[in-house]
This record gives sequence, structure tokens and C-alpha cells, in this order.
Amino acid sequence: MMRHFLSAAAVILVMGAAAPAFAEEPATFEITIKDHKFDPAVLEVPANKEIKLVVKNLDETPEEFESTELNREKIIGGGRQGVFYLDPLKAGTYPFFGEFNQATAQGKLIAK
Amino acid sequence: MLATLIIVFREVIEAALVLSIVAAATRGVAGRHKWLVLGVLGGLAGAALVAIFAGAISDSLEGAGQEVFNASVLFVAVIMLAWHNVWMSSHGRELAAEMKAVGHDVSVGARPLYAVAIVVGMAILREGSEVVLFLYGIASGGVGASGLLFGGVIGVAAGAALGFALYFGLLNLSTRHLFSVTSWLILLLAAGMAAQGANFLTQADILPSLGRAIWDTSWLLTESSLVGQLLHTLIGYTARPSGIQIVFYVGTLILIGGAMKLYGDTRTQAKSGGQPKSGNAAPRPIA
Repeated sequence: MMRHFLSAAAVILVMGAAAPAFAEEPATFEITIKDHKFDPAVLEVPANKEIKLVVKNLDETPEEFESTELNREKIIGGGRQGVFYLDPLKAGTYPFFGEFNQATAQGKLIAK
Repeated sequence: MLATLIIVFREVIEAALVLSIVAAATRGVAGRHKWLVLGVLGGLAGAALVAIFAGAISDSLEGAGQEVFNASVLFVAVIMLAWHNVWMSSHGRELAAEMKAVGHDVSVGARPLYAVAIVVGMAILREGSEVVLFLYGIASGGVGASGLLFGGVIGVAAGAALGFALYFGLLNLSTRHLFSVTSWLILLLAAGMAAQGANFLTQADILPSLGRAIWDTSWLLTESSLVGQLLHTLIGYTARPSGIQIVFYVGTLILIGGAMKLYGDTRTQAKSGGQPKSGNAAPRPIA
């Protein structure tokens, strides 16, 4: 029992020591929402690299940033921003949309 | 108006399906209506509160508040569903036998009905708060109140209708089948919710994704289609699951399924193996 506990503790320690190596801040990309539209609506990002996506909602009303392709969904209040860390993307197109204003709020990430 | 209707409908579906499954699972239990109503009302009140404080929730925990909140709500529901199922597997057989013996539903007050109420409340709180925020956005965007009201009401009604359809479909099952079918549905529902909760924690950068998309079945069925969304709610279907989602899904199935088997079996063994008690324990109900 104790031996298991110790080995578990050792694993946690090793993981903790290794963590800073991954903590490097990834490249940041920004998208704004204005009048229920994304700007830019098409954003090119590097493939196979972790990226940080900041979505700023300049409208007064809340928007839900959603993408099944990216496996992300988050409500971003009016005048607020949402931050997404995305694991390395394979080259390809990843559509996203604003669920509360789907008629206009459409965009996509293109990983190259 | 049509857009309003569709979005409200989609948000309502999940809560409606959860409510209909646990309502069917507690068929014939005394006092269940009170608890179900309590869960619905508590969920609605909670949804309003969450919508009002949405900004504060999002800003907390260095911007990860919304994800942690959603994950917590989902995990609480998973624990309550687990508790209900484990309880049922240790008492369900005698309940079914008793119902068969007396020929009608029995009143058993000891069921963990508060667990059921919490599950319903959590589902409504989560989906309801999104509906409130969405409608608030539309209302302040200057869309006519009549269109908003119409879309909202029809959307809720359509979602509720789907829930009722599932509920009455389940009630057509015989008592014995109803127990096992609802147990399975609740088990899969819980696994799906756990995977969804894990995804929120990945989004918050708290859990690793363990692989962004382990497989991709979006060519077959997308989650944005109606069938895809229904399956997403019922069994946790995800077209592109991350590694951590699969770990949580399978882990939840094993943990709850294992606990159900453990507690179900020990009771049966204690009964048949312990004392040779004749009577209602011996004849197992067939069909």
C-alpha cells in the first residue's frame, strides 16, 4: 500500500518537474466579433503547433463561440474575451461559428 | 424567428431527454413528482442566476471559470446518476419482483429521489442559462418581441414534445425491462456527460487532451445534425473525440458498471447463498 503511494507520489513529482518544459506560451492569434461577424473570418494558422486563440467580443450582446471541428464551445459576454489553447492541428480547414448569430457569425481556421 | 426556434429547441433537447429518462426510471415511486418538479424549478431558478452572473463566472479562475463551472455541473450530475444506478442495481430486482407480485406499481419512498432531482436541476441549469443568454442577446438586438416569444415558446414546446415522446416510449416497456433499459440509458448518459466535462477541463487547459481527435466519424454523422445531437446527448456521441474524452467515457462506464455489478451481485449472493430462504427471493421473474 505504502509502496504504491510512494510510487504514485514519485510520478506526480516527475510530472511536476516536467511541466515547465511544456509551459512555453504558444503563438497567439486574435479574432474579433463585431456586428455578429468575425474579423478575420478566415484565419491562417500554422499546422502541427499549439496555438492560443483570443476571441474578443466587441458587441454588446453575448456570443457562443463554437466549433465541433475544434471541439470547443464557450459563451463570450458582450465586451469580453475568451481564450482558447488549441492542440497542434493537422493541416486543414476548421470552421467555427457564433451559435447565437449563425446567419452572420461564420468563420474558419486554415491550418497550413 | 425560425433561427430562434431552432436554437432554443436544440438547447432544450438535452435537458428534456435527461428529464424524460430519469422520470421513466422512477416510474411508480411515491413522491417522485414532487422531486421532479423541485428539480425543474430549481434548475430554472439556477439557470436565471447563472445567466445573470455569467460574466463573473467567466472571469473567475483566470478566465477558466465558465469551463470549470460547466465541468462541475456535469460531474455532479454524473455522480448522482451513478448513485441512482448503483442503488437500483442493489434494490431493483426485489422492486421488480414486488411489483409483479402485487400486480401494480409499489410505493417505495427510500429511492434516492434527491439524486434524481439534482440531475434534472443540473441539466436544466446548464442548458437553460444558455437559452436565457441567447434570448437576451436577441432581445437587445432589436428583433421584434413577438418573433422572439414565438420562436422561444415553440422551441421549448418542440423540445418538450421530444422528451415526452421518449418518456411515453419508455413507459411502454414492461416493468422489468424498464429497469434494465433505463439503467443502461443512465449509464451511457453519465459516461457521455463525464466525457463532455473532461472536454471543458481540456478547454480550460486543466486536463491534457491526450490527442486532439483520436478518430473522425464526421463523414458518417456530424454532431450538428439532429440525429448526431440526439446521440451526443443520449450516449455521448462525439465525431472527433480527444484522448481524454475517451478515457473519461470508458472510465465512467467501468466505474459505474463495476459498482452496479458489485452491489447487485453481493446482495444476490447474500440472499441465495447465505440462508436458504424460500419465498419471494427464489422465483426470478421471467418476461
